[in-house]
Amino acid sequence: MKILVAISKAPDTTSKISFTDGDTKFNEAGVQFIVNPYDEWYALVRALELKEANGGSVTTITVGGADADPIIRKALAIGADNAVRVDATPSDAYFVASQISEYAKDKEYDLVMTGKETIDYNGSQVGGLVAGMLDLPYLPNISKLDVAGTTATAEREIQGGEEVLETQLPLVLSASKGMAEQRIPNMRGIMAARAKKLEVIPAASGEALTEIIDYSLPPAKSAVKLIDPENAADLIELLHSEAKVI
Amino acid sequence: MSVLVLAGTAENKVLKSAFEAVSYGAKIASDAGTDLHVIAFGGASSEDLMGLGTYGANAIFVEKSINNTQPFQMANAMTEIAGKVGATIIVVSYDETGKAVAPIVSAKMKAGLVAGVVDFADVSNGVIVKKSVFSGKAFARVKFNSEVAIIGLTPNSVGAKEMAGSPEVKDANTTMGDARITLKETKKEDLGGQVPLPEAELVVSAGRGLKGPENWGMIEELASILGATTACSRPVSDLDWRPHHEHVGQTGLAIRPNLYIAIGISGAIQHLAGVNASKVIVVINTDPEAPFFKAADYGIVGDAFEVVPKLIEAAKAFKANN
Ligand SMILES: Cc1cc2nc3c(=O)[nH]c(=O)nc-3n(C[C@H](O)[C@H](O)[C@H](O)COP(=O)(O)OP(=O)(O)OC[C@H]3O[C@@H](n4cnc5c(N)ncnc54)[C@H](O)[C@@H]3O)c2cc1C
Ligand SMILES: Nc1ncnc2c1ncn2[C@@H]1O[C@H](COP(=O)(O)O)[C@@H](O)[C@H]1O
Repeated sequence: MKILVAISKAPDTTSKISFTDGDTKFNEAGVQFIVNPYDEWYALVRALELKEANGGSVTTITVGGADADPIIRKALAIGADNAVRVDATPSDAYFVASQISEYAKDKEYDLVMTGKETIDYNGSQVGGLVAGMLDLPYLPNISKLDVAGTTATAEREIQGGEEVLETQLPLVLSASKGMAEQRIPNMRGIMAARAKKLEVIPAASGEALTEIIDYSLPPAKSAVKLIDPENAADLIELLHSEAKVI
Repeated sequence: MSVLVLAGTAENKVLKSAFEAVSYGAKIASDAGTDLHVIAFGGASSEDLMGLGTYGANAIFVEKSINNTQPFQMANAMTEIAGKVGATIIVVSYDETGKAVAPIVSAKMKAGLVAGVVDFADVSNGVIVKKSVFSGKAFARVKFNSEVAIIGLTPNSVGAKEMAGSPEVKDANTTMGDARITLKETKKEDLGGQVPLPEAELVVSAGRGLKGPENWGMIEELASILGATTACSRPVSDLDWRPHHEHVGQTGLAIRPNLYIAIGISGAIQHLAGVNASKVIVVINTDPEAPFFKAADYGIVGDAFEVVPKLIEAAKAFKANN
């Protein structure tokens, strides 16, 4: 099986979020960057499991600058065979998806996997865009994936339950929680990653269809109103008469 | 120029989020002085669909033979109808179905898509929307540079407002293309009669502070008296104390109820990411330093095993009088 996994760089979930340049840029000072959790824990690890079971290869692709190389090295340390970085600023999801599709279109991947969303931009769209651009079946938000021959069986969480879906390879899917267990790279993996190939390619033509004007933080929450545990019952009355939610 | 709204359905019923999406589209159409069209898939009854008229829907196109498991067919049909009615703005509720379909429509029409939109669009000069970023920790204003703009609206962000429409249900009659995905099985969670979490207005949630699954009786009782849905933190579902569909947070469901009561949950940033858009947050925790209190509107520093029984009594008394 030939698998392509889209890997993106995201600020660690505990990062303090602030902006610079008149609130038009994310302030990266002091921020630790990680592999977007859905890409790493779920998409990449399941891709590696499928390769281990069926043979084949796992390539990662990232659209970004050289600042993304450390997280790409981590993906290689976890076990990807080789990596590609499209050297361009990931300006919007359409642009990113155009680059991934352009790279993948003539390489006959059986599976193209993305995370269900990035934890910074929260788009949940690159997977579907790539499927649309490559005209391949799309399995969104998948929590379990099995492949037998050319048939893929997948579980998807829907409101109030789960669906079991079946389709034929090649396909595109986005991975959510449940698909695999996180793998911690070991020393051998980290050493091996240094020797693996990280190919940097120029961006294909493509355009962004949306543009961020500026950012803002939510208004500061007013201080919590504390209720004495002895008078816990008062809470119900406050929720009714003051907060008006019950 | 016109506005096209996808009205989500599931199990032959129009979803609550569909009324909100239609109402959102109706506001844009009236701000921009254009027409509003609606498209729906699956077997919802005409009466049910006509209900969208109360929120401003006029022409409602229905493609009965396509269901939510076929994002490509839905996207094909939407692209075709969008072309037919000359839609320049498409509104989709960004729930499981919206996330599956809208990106494919975006690719097919080369239309920009902004997902996670939480406020009304500014259509006075181009289209500008406000979306949530960094898992709810900030917002971004985003401008569309494409001819057609697709707005992925976060459910429960603006609510549905009534506006008179004169709905007419029509057969969409599109060339939908092949079904490439087969639905093998649907597994239903037993929600015990509760409103599903994404639609719930009141939520009672509990975390590891409750010590074990045997202690959830009081959580369920409080929820049931208030008419609320139960939720939990991630470790609680990982430990199988509670079913996975109750898990809220960054890796679970993101919800925006009117009331979120968090009992024995510390308020880690990844948990807050899924609940910080709730209108009113109540925190009950033994530890006055628990980070959740910073995000709370009301707090009780106390032991859940003493506080919750008192709340149950108070809620019973309140319900008896209201
Ligand atoms: C990438 C990533 C993603 C994650 N995604 C999620 C997610 O989606 N959702 C999520 O919830 N977590 C998520 N987590 C985990 C998160 O960081 C926390 O570990 C988790 O939310 C803690 O759950 P908790 O508050 O139930 O437990 P704890 O942190 O153990 O907190 C228990 C709380 O209960 C209080 N307590 C104890 N006894 C009592 C009592 N008798 N009465 C009242 N209070 C009491 C304690 O003071 C404490 O504050 C994620 C973590 C990572 C790294
Ligand atoms: N710059 C990028 N490079 C490679 N893959 C990306 C990039 N941005 C997003 N992706 C992939 O697309 C998924 C969904 O991203 P998004 O649509 O932005 O929420 C991510 O989980 C990644 O797998």
